[in-house]
Amino acid sequence: MRFMSQKEEQSKRFSTLSDLEIKPLYTAQDLKNFNPKTELADPGEFPYTRGIHKTMYRGKRWTIRLFSGFGTAEETNQRYHILLERGQHGLSVAFDMPTLMGIDSDDSRSLGEVGKCGVAIDTLADMERLFQGIPLDQVTTSMTINGPAIVLLAMYFVVAQKQGVSLDKVGGTIQNDILKEYIAQKEWIYPPRPSMRIIQDMIVYCTQHAPKWNTISISGYHIREAGSTAAQELAFTLADGLGYVQAGIEAGLDVDQFAPRLSFFFNAHSDFFEEIAKYRAARRMWARFMRDRFHAKNPKSWLMRFHTQTAGCSLTAQQPYNNIVRTAIQALSGVLGGTQSLHTNSMDETLSLPTELSATIALRTQQIIAEETGVVNTPDPFGGSYFVESLTNELERQALDMIQKINEMGGIIPAIEQNYPQKEIARASYHYQKQLETGEKVIVGMNKYIQKEEGLPIEILYIDDKAQKNQIASLKKIKEKRDEKKVQAALQRLRKAAEGKDNLVPPIMEAVSLYATLGEVSDTMKEIFGTYTERSVI
Amino acid sequence: MRPLRLLVSKAGLDGHDRGVKVVARALRDAGVEVIYTGLHQTPEMIVASALQEDVDAICVSILSGAHLALIEKIQKLLKSKKLSHLPVILGGIVPDEDFKKLAKLGVQKIFTPGASLQEIVTYVKSHIQPQV
Repeated sequence: MRFMSQKEEQSKRFSTLSDLEIKPLYTAQDLKNFNPKTELADPGEFPYTRGIHKTMYRGKRWTIRLFSGFGTAEETNQRYHILLERGQHGLSVAFDMPTLMGIDSDDSRSLGEVGKCGVAIDTLADMERLFQGIPLDQVTTSMTINGPAIVLLAMYFVVAQKQGVSLDKVGGTIQNDILKEYIAQKEWIYPPRPSMRIIQDMIVYCTQHAPKWNTISISGYHIREAGSTAAQELAFTLADGLGYVQAGIEAGLDVDQFAPRLSFFFNAHSDFFEEIAKYRAARRMWARFMRDRFHAKNPKSWLMRFHTQTAGCSLTAQQPYNNIVRTAIQALSGVLGGTQSLHTNSMDETLSLPTELSATIALRTQQIIAEETGVVNTPDPFGGSYFVESLTNELERQALDMIQKINEMGGIIPAIEQNYPQKEIARASYHYQKQLETGEKVIVGMNKYIQKEEGLPIEILYIDDKAQKNQIASLKKIKEKRDEKKVQAALQRLRKAAEGKDNLVPPIMEAVSLYATLGEVSDTMKEIFGTYTERSVI
Repeated sequence: MRPLRLLVSKAGLDGHDRGVKVVARALRDAGVEVIYTGLHQTPEMIVASALQEDVDAICVSILSGAHLALIEKIQKLLKSKKLSHLPVILGGIVPDEDFKKLAKLGVQKIFTPGASLQEIVTYVKSHIQPQV
């Protein structure tokens, strides 16, 4: 190793993971125009830069919520029981690709995909098996589903009703963020405009019947995973949020009726301070948008509550044990940034879905942060740091510039239709890849400190094609058993509602309770709404 | 000699297109003619594009775990169109134990997480020849 004199800096340019340049030192000079009263205030006070609660984790710890789902509903149900026994607080359902696309397991397009990336759900029967023995008034459930979210939510509500739980007692979150699907995650069904109508119907229905349900989890996570910078994640996520608030208002609701049930979902990537600054900027920006642009009066509408997941894209297949360390550091940034709930990735996620062992280590990582490190002792410990405040300001400034650009395009839907966020993300992701190629950015074990012998072998969860066969067989049985006439009549009522203006939730709840399949319900709406095709940009 | 022409595609329902787009762009920057099909391509669509576009190889990206089923179907269709000479290159998340099965199914090369753009470009340029 070459030693350097203390005065010499190691390279010409220091920058964050998102390539934001960092100065040699931050001092009081950097905050000379900064008014802590208006920019920070205390935790629990507008604009909530320091956190949404006065006491933060002294009052209530974040919710440990590990995303899981694989194979059939029975297998996933067993994993849920294990996670709940080991101290997890809430459930988080991962669905397989066909379910995410609103396609049944017996569709030819589902070949090889059933149960692979999550659990397969075709009918209410699967949903009933998934939550077998789990009282839905006592756990909260988060469901990561977007294009067909309305169908899965309807199934969940019907399962709750069948358990004897009334909908006003049901709590949880459905991702239901279709805008980021067009931008980043790419699991869509209908074009943007009819998709927004579906979301409006869900917001209206939940506002009236399931007031504890979080109707949208506005997600930057996938935007970041697709290769965006931290500032882009911030900008596009908030722009999506503004689009949903606008849609709710256009559906005839008062902003304060539904805004408190909107929540957010961010990535926790590897640049520790950049991430913390991002969460702080996000809260401040959202509070101001809600109060000043939409004139929300209820302080609950101003609060940005968010879930955090550590960055899957940062994990390496090489020396996979290192991923435990990465995840712990990322999780810590989420906690120091004031997250309300947290998913920690398992070390094997670049290879497969997590094994029981790796999922348990991920769970324990959060418990160690919560119980051993002392970071819960006081809210926003970085508040007032010259560096963190400067970085928070800078990310806010960059994100506001991009949001302004989106406003000029007429809002997020026209911006998506013009491929603006998609192009920006593709450019950022290519730029980062180039930096990895030149070694300007480092991933340990991948482009530096490469080891021929990788050390301990790791076991991975292998999902074979049995799940597909079992799932198709059980779907066939359900279709034979159900009352076909009633199903078709219910689908016809749904068609009518889709053509007109009636809320879509009740006819979908009716159809799924008669065991209409996810694919049948989705296809019925496709007849009216059409399907989306992306104009690809490289 | 004309430049290499590659079909670059996302097979199946998986929407993870960060990797495929980065690879497509790197190949294009390296002088390869890239025909990017976009997302959610069925094996039928991929083989039809390969035929219509007269490509020199098919690059497929799959991160959903459906690689065995999808590759098998693609190879079967290639055979039926008398295109089984076309090299198939796979990129994505592939467990080690599937490598042999995929080779047997006729996959010429597999790139997994951590492969560098340079590696991919070099491989393509040295192993794929423009068809005559």
